[in-house]
Amino acid sequence: MQFIDPHIHMNARTANDYEAMAAAGVVAVIEPAFWVGQPRTSVGTYIDYLSTLVGWERFRAGQFGIRHYCAIGLNAKEANNEALAEAVMEILPRFALKEGVVAIGEIGFDEQTKAEKKYLRAQLDLAKQLDMLVMIHTPHRDKKRGTSLTMDLCIEHGLAPERVVIDHNNEETVREVLDRGFWAAFTLYPRTKMGSERMVDIVRRYGSERIFIDSSADWGMSDPLAVPKTAQLMLQRGIPEADVRRVCYANALAAYGQSGQMKESDWLDPAPVDQRLMFEGNSVLRGQTPRVDEPAPRPADADLLIE
Amino acid sequence: MSGALQQVTSPVELLLGWLGRQLAGDARGWLEDSVRRLRNGADERTIYTILTLVPRRVGKDDLHLAPADLEAAQQVRSGWSPVGWSVDQAARVALLLCVNGPEDRFAHRLEQLFRTADLGELVAFYRGLPLYPGQARYVARAAEGARSNMRSVFEAVAHRNPYPAERFDEDAWNQMVLKALFIGSPLHPIHGFDARSNPRLMRMLCDYAHERWAARRPVSPELWRGVGPHADDAAIADLRRVLAQGSPAERRAAALALAACPRAEAAAALRDEPELAHAIERGRLSWDEIAGA
Repeated sequence: MQFIDPHIHMNARTANDYEAMAAAGVVAVIEPAFWVGQPRTSVGTYIDYLSTLVGWERFRAGQFGIRHYCAIGLNAKEANNEALAEAVMEILPRFALKEGVVAIGEIGFDEQTKAEKKYLRAQLDLAKQLDMLVMIHTPHRDKKRGTSLTMDLCIEHGLAPERVVIDHNNEETVREVLDRGFWAAFTLYPRTKMGSERMVDIVRRYGSERIFIDSSADWGMSDPLAVPKTAQLMLQRGIPEADVRRVCYANALAAYGQSGQMKESDWLDPAPVDQRLMFEGNSVLRGQTPRVDEPAPRPADADLLIE
Repeated sequence: MSGALQQVTSPVELLLGWLGRQLAGDARGWLEDSVRRLRNGADERTIYTILTLVPRRVGKDDLHLAPADLEAAQQVRSGWSPVGWSVDQAARVALLLCVNGPEDRFAHRLEQLFRTADLGELVAFYRGLPLYPGQARYVARAAEGARSNMRSVFEAVAHRNPYPAERFDEDAWNQMVLKALFIGSPLHPIHGFDARSNPRLMRMLCDYAHERWAARRPVSPELWRGVGPHADDAAIADLRRVLAQGSPAERRAAALALAACPRAEAAAALRDEPELAHAIERGRLSWDEIAGA
């Protein structure tokens, strides 16, 4: 089975992670712009970060046979530094239309402050102007209210629910998100957010329509193999394979494919010019069952330069 | 078309001509409209947006070029070889060149574009280096590209691009050649390789070969191309070693290197290999053949 991890911060992960993900069947990832664990102090570092997402990280993933897409945005935490936020808003339009950018994101609330609301609104407007999808980060604290409020704002700014992905859902938020017609993404985190067993129950209860999962793996306690591992657990627990495929691959593709920047042929049948520039492909692994417990094989002569 | 080509006087006209020939429908209309907007003086935001949108509007197919097109490219800009360009790269460079304004504005804008470029833009903008106004302004930027860890970006500077041979100082040039070997990138597409060979590069290449031998790792036969013209006693000894112990391709490369060396010791070493010497004299052995092997 092939997998898409539609929310993962590869910038904070190692080459070994890429190898293991490719070996486990991950064919594509989406890396939303987020904070980097500590606050940035200038727009310059923000520019370099966004450049990494559309350049180096995209190339690096390609060397492991994984297609890399990203979302561009100002995260909620850093929206609270208004001087920085203003400068970032200036440069966002320059990055939003780069190749492989599938959405404005991840944007939303952290503490639901006034500044967070202001820049969330500004970015929803930007998405509307540029006809882009939106990836929403829902808050850890006061989650249910924050999620409802975010969806209210999306509607208020004229965005169609089917063009907005609400991420980091849990048992308390999923019903409203699905009822209002948004995509509902779930982050599998070993310690917080959502565990694989709980996810199995959610799919049993809510089915596989407009639901998908991601790892949100970053620099903290997180697992870049969360999607293939949860898929395996779902299969073991008797969830039909077609549903597992939707939740771990097809729904993310359907949601973010609306951008026109992410197509199945990108990994199944990559264009020659693309292969010359950045994508090495990984035909050896195609169609294999996930092997999450075995060490990953080294790609022969990986083109990643170590200097 | 060939009649039109002879009247072409600038790279941007050539690029737009090739694109106009290959693109159809919306892609062609968008390109024509964008050229018009940029020539009429667009604001900076519009310039950035147009350049970013290129692959979404014109696609990423290979640019189709006939031998006559490559000749025309050489005529308008000596050393320029658009072999291997794609339509989005050609369109990006052409559109960039359509923006009017003084040279320093162009250079400043290009630097900003580099700083926020995605992978496709980096390759396109580096490939366009020989075509930009005020050629001396881009040496540092080109050297930055040659330091890239992204192979496609490195090769956009190093391969089929006359800019490094014309503008890099000896240090930058030598580093670029060594880096190409280091990352397994071929040397034969490096423009002006033989003309820029120098004694320090010869020494660096021989040292690198010794490192590889010590690690029991293969040495690219192409390496010896940079050794031949300036080979000293130690280098000639290395070439003798390759002749004695190398693979067939390495032996041919060593013979070619010795043939390029003006010193009597090199000629003597080559005399020990009459078959290879003969093939070189007859023109049956060349660096192109080594590169193709």
